[in-house]
Amino acid sequence: MSRPARLMSSRAKARRAWRWLRVTLKRRWLSAALGPTLNRWQHTSRFTLTSSTFRLALLYMLLVGVSVAILLGFIYWSTAGYMARQTDATIGAEIEGLAEQYRRRGLAGLSTLIAERIARDPQGASIYLLTQPNGTPIIGNLDSWPPVAPDVDGWVQFRTQHATPGKARVEHQTRAQVFRLRGDLRLLVGRDVRELVALRNLVLDAIGWGLAITVGLALLGGWLMGAGIARRLDVINQVSREIMRGDLSRRVPSAGTGDDFDQLAENLNRMLERIEALMLSIRQVSDNIAHDLRTPLSRLRHRLELLRGSALNAEASAEVEVAIADADELLSAFNALLRIARIEAGSRRAAFADLDPLPLLHDVAELYEPLATESRQAIEVAWADGGARSNDGSNDGDACRLHADRDLLFQALANLVDNAIKHTPDGGHIRLRADCSDEAVELSVSDDGPGIPPELREKVLQRFFRIDASRAAPGHGLGLSLVQAVAQLHGASLSLEDAAPGLRVRLRLPKQRPGSEMRERGWD
Amino acid sequence: MRVLVIEDDAQLASYLAKAFGEIGASVDRAENGRDGLFLAAGNRYDAMVIDRMLPELDGLAIIRTLRASGNPTPVLVLSALGEVDHRVEGLRAGGDDYLVKPFAFSELHARIEALLRRATPGDAPVTSLSVADLELDLLKREVYRAGQPIALQPREFKLLEYLMRHAGQVVTRTMLLEHVWDYHFDPQTNVIDVHISRLRAKIDKDFEPPLLQTVRGAGYMLRAD
Repeated sequence: MSRPARLMSSRAKARRAWRWLRVTLKRRWLSAALGPTLNRWQHTSRFTLTSSTFRLALLYMLLVGVSVAILLGFIYWSTAGYMARQTDATIGAEIEGLAEQYRRRGLAGLSTLIAERIARDPQGASIYLLTQPNGTPIIGNLDSWPPVAPDVDGWVQFRTQHATPGKARVEHQTRAQVFRLRGDLRLLVGRDVRELVALRNLVLDAIGWGLAITVGLALLGGWLMGAGIARRLDVINQVSREIMRGDLSRRVPSAGTGDDFDQLAENLNRMLERIEALMLSIRQVSDNIAHDLRTPLSRLRHRLELLRGSALNAEASAEVEVAIADADELLSAFNALLRIARIEAGSRRAAFADLDPLPLLHDVAELYEPLATESRQAIEVAWADGGARSNDGSNDGDACRLHADRDLLFQALANLVDNAIKHTPDGGHIRLRADCSDEAVELSVSDDGPGIPPELREKVLQRFFRIDASRAAPGHGLGLSLVQAVAQLHGASLSLEDAAPGLRVRLRLPKQRPGSEMRERGWD
Repeated sequence: MRVLVIEDDAQLASYLAKAFGEIGASVDRAENGRDGLFLAAGNRYDAMVIDRMLPELDGLAIIRTLRASGNPTPVLVLSALGEVDHRVEGLRAGGDDYLVKPFAFSELHARIEALLRRATPGDAPVTSLSVADLELDLLKREVYRAGQPIALQPREFKLLEYLMRHAGQVVTRTMLLEHVWDYHFDPQTNVIDVHISRLRAKIDKDFEPPLLQTVRGAGYMLRAD
């Protein structure tokens, strides 16, 4: 085999390794490492191919890969290159010695010196061959002239079966320089470079593998680094979403390392605290007004009551009666406001107990039935719990059990039914319904009245908000706010929907405690 | 009737003293918990009105101390804290009733009356109630007016029973919600009024004299005269 073929083979080896690396990266690594990432992306949209994690991993790999390639290239050049240059220098020195002999003692001296040197070098590290013009060897440790054409400087590289006395014939790689002497004699002086080539191949192999491992490690490192950053960003995003959903008490957790992310978290938290404080102070102002006005108002009411008891003429006592009624209306609005404030502020769950909501629905329906009958409205109670309950309504299973505050839940349902009766025209229908499943109990009150336009559904939950059309109806616009406060205390979601026609208010109470539900949501 | 009022709000205390005076009760007043406990332990009262939050000694602590020493005087707890668990705490400490500020004196009075009635000892188990010619049989769960049977819904029966047990006393709407419906809540509309007028149509409409009366600004009363 020829020299270039052998050299090519080592390059081919490196290329093969690189191809393997590329294919493997494409197939195995991408599918194994990016697969779950891409899958997760479908759920949470946090790792896209354009996401910072992925780009960072690629960039990191590219930077480290290029740096290491340059470094390894330099090492190759300075080791393998140096040894090749050393070999060439050794050959040069040999030639110089031979040329000196030839000049001084002619062909005979040259032959003697070559013979001497061959004898001194049983390993055959140095290669010599002196031939006649027709190619017949005169002296040397090479059988025949190599069938390779020399380059312009007279260098050749070839393979040979070199016979070493007492040993098997070994294939050798030789690098040599050829000369023409006077009389068309040809001289070849060279070195066995088998070990040099082996070493170079070894270095190339090492470089190839080193590069492959580096790229792999860089990708892994980049991905880990990116994933770490993405995870921390994801926590911030998660918390932001929860805050946007209305839970302003959430805070961004800090890793406690004081790094940039901790600083970001700290700033966000400070901002949130500021926002919360501002919102709280707005709410507190209204609550404080209610609280501070309540005391003089109740004194006013006491005085009016005393006045009623004293001797008054009929006209005056009728006026006092009206004044007391007005005071009562004010007091009830203030009380409702304070009650909402207390429920909202409340982590109070002392009155929470396990209960079956269906008797509650029946009680509400029964309490409001005479009022509805006055407007020729009908109240119905229905339930669905997947067959756990028999027809008479007695509860055999646990599907409909709830952990709730009985009085507050009753209050919420009563407010909803009260609203439904007020806003449904004569002859309407009001339906109370319980849908029980393993995850949640859903209580709903629906009517077939005019309903609430979609754009106002959020607003009716605000305190004192009343739709213009209902301003004439009695009430202070706090009923639904109270329902919402009760829902929040129970970790329930409150939704207003179109019952086509009419309004359906749906209260979805999760079975698990709201605290644990929140914790789980944080780590989905 | 002798009533002890332990209340640190001087205005409210003097108002209560005046209002109790008008219905012919004598009132002792204490402005802090320690004086209050001293008075309560050293005298015999028909009823006590105790504010929950008092200087020096908490209202609930006073009640616990009294109950521990075997004092059975009915106690009504006054509180600015209206949440249900506060009510539960107050009743658990030994209070007999719980009223949230602000309140109408008529409400307080009606509740004190109810407490006094309940405290009357020597009651044999009642099997029937009667007011004038209205009779209620608790065993058969039947109602007669002037000898004629009257059909009532179960809730109407319970409502009438409560009114008859407190015949001659004012019964407020809140008391009815709490005892007949067994819910502590604030109805936005006077749902109770509709139930009362239904009951009235059944027991009073075809008979004389009307027994179920509305007491303006306070509640209802079942009365013979």
